[in-house]
Amino acid sequence: MAAHRCSRCSWLLLVFIFSFYVSAKSEEATQANDEHASVVDNPQTAAETGKQPSEERLWEATQVNEAVPIDAAAHKQDFPVPGSVLTPTPQLKDDFKEELVIRPLQSGDIYASFQFRTVWETDFTTGSKVSHYRLFPKSLGQVISKFSVRELHISFTQGYWRTMQWGQPYLPSPPGAELWVWFQDTVTDVDATWKELTNVLSGIFCASLNFIDSTNTVQPSASFKPLGIANGTDHRFLRYATLPREIVCTENLTPWKKLLPCGSKAGLAVLLKSEKLFHSSFHSQAVHIRPVCQDWQCKSTSLELRQTLNVVFDLHTSGQGKQEWSLFKMFSRTLTEACPLASSSKIYIDVTDNPQEEQFELSPATPLLSQAVVLGDRRTFSVYDLTQQVTFGTVRSLNVLIRWKSTQGDMLRPLLHAERYVAGYGLQTGEIHTLMYNNHPFRSFPVLLLDSVPWYLRLYVHTLTVTSKGKDNKPSYIHYQPSKDRIRPHLLEMLVQLPPHSVTEVTVQFERALLKWTEYTPDPNHGFYVGSSVINALVPSTVAMHTNITQEQPLFSNFFPCKEESSYFMRVYTEPLLVNLPTPDFSMPYNVICLTCTVVAVGYGSLYNLLTRSFQIEEPNPGLAKRIANVIRKMRGVPPL
Amino acid sequence: MGLLSDPNRRRALINLLTRLNAPICVLCYFAGVCWFMGLAFEPFTLRTYMSENAMGSTMVEERFPSGERALATGREFAAHKKKVGGMPVDWLVKTMQARGLEVFTQSFSRTLPFPDEDKERYIVKGTNVYGILRAPRAARTEALVLSAPCSPGDNNNQAVGLLLGLAHYFRGQIFWAKDIIFLVNEHDLIGMQAWLESYHHTNTTGMDWSPLQGRGGSIQAALSLELSSDVITSLDIVLEGLNGQLPNLDLANLFYAFCQKIGVLCTIQGRLQRNDWDSVSGYSHAVQTMMLMVMKQASGRPWGDHGLFLRYHIEAASIKGINSFRQYKTDITTVGRLLEGMFRKLNNLLERLHQSYFFYLMPSLSHFVSIGYYMPAFGLLAVILLLRALDLWVQFVSPPAVTADGVGDVEQQSSPGALSVLTPLVISHLTGAALYILPTRFQEIAVEHFPVSETEAVVLTAIAVYTAGLALPHNTHRLLSGEGTEQGWRVLKLVAVLYLAILLGCTALINFSLGFILALTLVPVAAFVTPHVPKTLSAVVLVILSPACTLLLSVFFFQELQEMPVSFQDGWLMYLSVISQGILDHHLYGSLVYPLIALMVYPCWLLFWNILFWK
Repeated sequence: MAAHRCSRCSWLLLVFIFSFYVSAKSEEATQANDEHASVVDNPQTAAETGKQPSEERLWEATQVNEAVPIDAAAHKQDFPVPGSVLTPTPQLKDDFKEELVIRPLQSGDIYASFQFRTVWETDFTTGSKVSHYRLFPKSLGQVISKFSVRELHISFTQGYWRTMQWGQPYLPSPPGAELWVWFQDTVTDVDATWKELTNVLSGIFCASLNFIDSTNTVQPSASFKPLGIANGTDHRFLRYATLPREIVCTENLTPWKKLLPCGSKAGLAVLLKSEKLFHSSFHSQAVHIRPVCQDWQCKSTSLELRQTLNVVFDLHTSGQGKQEWSLFKMFSRTLTEACPLASSSKIYIDVTDNPQEEQFELSPATPLLSQAVVLGDRRTFSVYDLTQQVTFGTVRSLNVLIRWKSTQGDMLRPLLHAERYVAGYGLQTGEIHTLMYNNHPFRSFPVLLLDSVPWYLRLYVHTLTVTSKGKDNKPSYIHYQPSKDRIRPHLLEMLVQLPPHSVTEVTVQFERALLKWTEYTPDPNHGFYVGSSVINALVPSTVAMHTNITQEQPLFSNFFPCKEESSYFMRVYTEPLLVNLPTPDFSMPYNVICLTCTVVAVGYGSLYNLLTRSFQIEEPNPGLAKRIANVIRKMRGVPPL
Repeated sequence: MGLLSDPNRRRALINLLTRLNAPICVLCYFAGVCWFMGLAFEPFTLRTYMSENAMGSTMVEERFPSGERALATGREFAAHKKKVGGMPVDWLVKTMQARGLEVFTQSFSRTLPFPDEDKERYIVKGTNVYGILRAPRAARTEALVLSAPCSPGDNNNQAVGLLLGLAHYFRGQIFWAKDIIFLVNEHDLIGMQAWLESYHHTNTTGMDWSPLQGRGGSIQAALSLELSSDVITSLDIVLEGLNGQLPNLDLANLFYAFCQKIGVLCTIQGRLQRNDWDSVSGYSHAVQTMMLMVMKQASGRPWGDHGLFLRYHIEAASIKGINSFRQYKTDITTVGRLLEGMFRKLNNLLERLHQSYFFYLMPSLSHFVSIGYYMPAFGLLAVILLLRALDLWVQFVSPPAVTADGVGDVEQQSSPGALSVLTPLVISHLTGAALYILPTRFQEIAVEHFPVSETEAVVLTAIAVYTAGLALPHNTHRLLSGEGTEQGWRVLKLVAVLYLAILLGCTALINFSLGFILALTLVPVAAFVTPHVPKTLSAVVLVILSPACTLLLSVFFFQELQEMPVSFQDGWLMYLSVISQGILDHHLYGSLVYPLIALMVYPCWLLFWNILFWK
């Protein structure tokens, strides 16, 4: 701990220098409010919410660029700070933030999203060997440098996100495991590196990622653009694979938790107890690594590691009649402290739909409010800052309680959602239907559909149809890569314009291949999985989006970079498909093979014999006496007997 | 096969077969019938056992507590049904939503080809309501279905109540690995057909339905519930589905296992099983149960709402609650527990049900006859046809075989034969096509000219076309220039016999019962008919053994088996309604029995009729 403080000291020095230049107004605010150090009165948002009754509520700064230094400086003011201004030492900085967003859902369920972000000002690309790791997990750092990974995104999900009931998630992910990686353009043999990388990651995350091979890997040409800063987007360096059948459980959670600087010892991570996390309707954990800009000028890059965990708890299975949620009820733990290594540790509770507390009641009350633009909408959050001792109150523990007053189970109408199913019956052919709903009343928007179908479903691409509102809707861009048996899957990418208030249906027919008998899984009658389709869309936003990614925002709102203010990026995954292939009866293959071979051999052989041979009655062998008599007759010149 | 490649021994064998042809045929016929009757004898059958390990040893607890509440819900449903005068869609949607399900509705409409007088419907419009219980942490890949029909009158209210009660209880459990779809379908099979077609986005019968908004992936199994009383004495399981398809035997085993565990009386074909298999009455009980199954399977119609699932390779069964005058009653909580247990075991399935048999007959719920045991009975009947064909072939081939260049001679002789065979074939098939097409096409004309209703018109047209077909053989020969030769009818009979053998063989593979019943009546006809037998007597026998009369006899036999014998008058009315139902089943659900009879079996029988009247 002493060593840690020492480093924190020198780091603070830097911070202090930085904060020296910060506007005097913020400084004042910090001094005045040492309880809510990071709080400034935001005139813009305050004006909008002026009609709110709770005037004592304070608005958290969301627009100030250098909030981190302020925060840190304010928090650690009791540290002795050297008065003299030194030149900054060339030490690499890293910074860790943790955050929990809780969104009470209309259906009475509750959505909790954890985000842990470590930003490290280092650069693996230059080739300099990095051996000193502080907050960044070494296991991942080594993988990134060894395999020249530029960006890595991996997610493990158990369950399917129910858009119609829960709205949009902060971070979408498909059921099962998903992995996509951008390699540096210095990598020569991408496929070999990818193979090795998946095996290494398989070990790190205790998952079956080693089952990723060429038959389920694709190189999307347009769908998975880098999320961090990137110079080129040559899709030869991109690999994308999903394992829809992957089951996610405790053994995946434990290695994921070990990557956190505080482990599961302190901070928000103490809530991550597997017995509760897996008693839920939806569970998703992910790791995202990408290079990001250090500041808005983007002169140098840092490496960002984002670990996210999303979970939805079900009201009915754990409700016991009472409609209330608390941290203890959700996670069977309460919070007592922030992670000491974190520069920021906050809990956000979405109270947008609840300005008058008519839907639910929140306790303990917090005076802190924050606004963030997320998923095209401006949302209001109650904030609990865990770095402040006052948050924990007199009982020294924080147990946020949400008590519902009314719930409605009505379906939502999200702007964009999609579903997919297999049509037809029998084991020969079928049809994949993908439905994309645009519920926007008057705006149309483009979506990019990515479909990766295993080779054993032979797609008939000539049957591909895209229809909206009963009319043919011609995609403006189609990228199709046919499959090769046992080598690579089908890849279909399409750019489709979704008309306003419509359903767009994409159908394609397929034939089910008959596999070789060793290619069947141990449970062939379960069926074979087809991974989720991915729909990338730029959805019209109701409020202006922030285009500056380096701006200080809550973590959950700034994952996808935003290029323009009028729309926001959204990714939707459809459900995976379970398709039955023609399956032989494996229960007695030996008997069956033997019997059929025998029948075929005996039956065919003799039938062929009967049909092709001509039969003649053989003359019986003449007796000895007759033969002698014939010889005599021959000598005599008389015809034989 | 050495036997056949040696000409002497081959000739000896053939001689034997031709000389003893008639006795062997008779023997085979009786052996086949005896074999079939023996199938129901308990020592010859196998005990049922659970093949699927995922459903076998795994223990599940049944804790469904709220039968009374389910009944109250059922009464509420009944009240709303009465108020609305049909399906209380809004109430169902609200109730299902309150139980935490994702609720969707589907509307459908269908105009029947002609009015259905049994169920009094012609233009059918309805709405299905279904709620999906999403399994926690499952990716919508698999689903189970529990359905209850919304029947007119006071029927099945308790079924809907129990369905909603189970939905409420299931929603609170965490262990579901498959989505569970709770479906309340209107207009029984038509609603079910609309829902299934929409779910699989197929349209085989030309029905109008609105697309489904919510799905749960591939359906693994389905149970349909029919319950019309607050207490029951026994539960009956119905397995026979469309075109004689049966669900995997493990589904019946599962039902039986839970009935045993929970202590509910269970029946199949509405008949309890008896333990006195060695007594005559015990044996005849088993035979009757099996015969009921055979009759139902042969009819090719779905005998419950589950029947339509089978086409989509979804294992399904109907469970009916029966309330008789027995003393011992079972309350609805117990039925709920039984269903809960079945669903939990189905939920445990890793693969589709595939381990056990798909082809079987059940003389009782604890015993079954597998395909390996019942097929020889059919095989013995079918072999008669092959023997007769061999006999004909030998008679046909042997005279020219004596001459030196026999091959050329045969061709010379058979070339007029080819035409004489082709003409009756074509004509009888055209008659069959008329029988298939005319009844539904000409109902308007018939209604205009005769004082009958549409349904009667269809049935009477069918009978008229059928009877008119009998008049054809006298005309067939007029089309030919020459007289029918002795060789001619032999060729025709050879073709007809082989045709019948293939037809029955294929039918028996798909629907054993239908194949066997047809073989039972048609094989004797095919075996004995020649132009030289006494005409009048043979004609009577031929007509009695024709498909239509087989159906009539089956109707009486079926009523007899159900212990509800009918007078000839009622039987005749029932016969007419069976024909109309058969045609409707074909048009509504795609049952194949009517086209099979009209397009294949009837023309084949006409060929034999033709042979009888060969001149």
